[in-house]
Amino acid sequence: MNLPAGGHSSTFSQISHAATASFSEYLSRSAPDLLPGRGSAPGITSNAEHLAPHATTIVAMTYAGGVIMAGDRRATMGNMIASRHIEKVFPADNYSVLGIAGTAGIALDVTRLFQVELEHYEKIEGTLLSLEGKANRLGAMIRSNLPMAMQGLAVIPLFAGFDTDRHMGRLFSYDVTGGRYEELEHHSVGSGSVFARGALKKLWKPNMDEDRAVSVAVESLYDAADDDSATGGPDVVRQLWPVVYAVNSAGAKRIPERVLAAAAEAVIASRAVAGREA
Amino acid sequence: MTQQFYVSPEQLMKDRADFARKGIARGRSVVVLSCSEGIALVAENPSPSLHKIGEIYDRIAFAAVGKYNEFESLRQAGVRYADVRGYSYDREDVTARGLASVYAQSLGAVFTADSKPFEVELAVAEVGLRQAEDHLYRLTFDGSIADEPDYVVMGGEIDAVNETLRSDWDAGQDFAGVIRAAAGALEGHLPDNGGASGQRRLGPEMLEVAVLDRDPMSSRGSRRAFRRLSIAEVTDILGD
Repeated sequence: MNLPAGGHSSTFSQISHAATASFSEYLSRSAPDLLPGRGSAPGITSNAEHLAPHATTIVAMTYAGGVIMAGDRRATMGNMIASRHIEKVFPADNYSVLGIAGTAGIALDVTRLFQVELEHYEKIEGTLLSLEGKANRLGAMIRSNLPMAMQGLAVIPLFAGFDTDRHMGRLFSYDVTGGRYEELEHHSVGSGSVFARGALKKLWKPNMDEDRAVSVAVESLYDAADDDSATGGPDVVRQLWPVVYAVNSAGAKRIPERVLAAAAEAVIASRAVAGREA
Repeated sequence: MTQQFYVSPEQLMKDRADFARKGIARGRSVVVLSCSEGIALVAENPSPSLHKIGEIYDRIAFAAVGKYNEFESLRQAGVRYADVRGYSYDREDVTARGLASVYAQSLGAVFTADSKPFEVELAVAEVGLRQAEDHLYRLTFDGSIADEPDYVVMGGEIDAVNETLRSDWDAGQDFAGVIRAAAGALEGHLPDNGGASGQRRLGPEMLEVAVLDRDPMSSRGSRRAFRRLSIAEVTDILGD
């Protein structure tokens, strides 16, 4: 970093270097072993993907006044179901949410680090990061996981939030190198994303209200679960429904279980009535 | 090479303490009070952006008087300490007691070893689920630490403010009650500014007020108890 006053050894440069508002930057200096993905095993060049549970499909879409993000509840390890209860969509702060696909353990750590990162910035600086700023920080964290991703332990997030300056919901997708891409209308990530995307293309309409957006999210995950064995559908026996968050100008909120149960049962009922193969 | 004069350790410490005390006494006062709804932090502060009161963690807040650059660096260090601890263990493992003892150690080390002691006084407050579980720690420039019940007064004329609060503060009060009591106490000790009306009034724009809610999860759906009150809210509470 080039600083206006003096060179790298000036007092100003030393003080401003120490006074970072970024939690992950501070950790990388003071306790780098706490950062996710830093313990990359140098000897392993083969694919380590089968060693840890894998989280799957996340969908997100804009609706009138905000964005919505939903994730199924399954984690897999090869052909086994590792978890039926895993949650993959989290509030990042008051105005944004993130969903994660990929190696579950690293993804959960990245999520936790990202949540602390945003809160830390807010406490140190006394103001919220801009939505673009948050999206860029997440990209940097994913980039730092690249060595692990090369060994098959990749984490792919989907980030959505309400832009308080532009008064609209926005979506961001990422690749393993930390590349950040703004998505319009809707997007999905994870193993079932292809099928969810197909469903979203037909179901998504501009200016949907929140209730409609919730049922579109649930239905697109249903379609993903229908064709992708790693994505879990709604589980009426255990009463497990997708995790859905909506973000609008009032902030991020989790959609209650009973709303999701109703939406999932409506999808199942309409498919049963139609009595068709797909 | 010049010969250094011998200064006895007693004199050295006394000089340093006097120096720090003088710096702190110049500052405007801050009051931290426990009440039925949580903990209220009230400071006389004309600046809306250079805060004397800050959030440290979910249930922990920080208040300070003295030199801004010194307590601001201590506040940021506290936020870093708490965030690292909460990230590496768990959120509930971050306590005001742990933070206060780290502050005490650093203030003590600076007081004895550095060329100049910190001219600050800090309060670390942690709101409990019940009023009996509230913790208020006061830390002074030399690293001494005190666990104070009910309320903490720091800064300039603490005796006068303390005296007013002794009669005005009551454990059963709500936020509005204790904030009014604190504002009144801060007003009461202000020196006469020579105006015809005698005592100067402390308007809402001269106060920095924040609270730690006792149960933020049910009232706001957040685990973060710290909430800064806007000038409008403070105006409502003070009722003028």
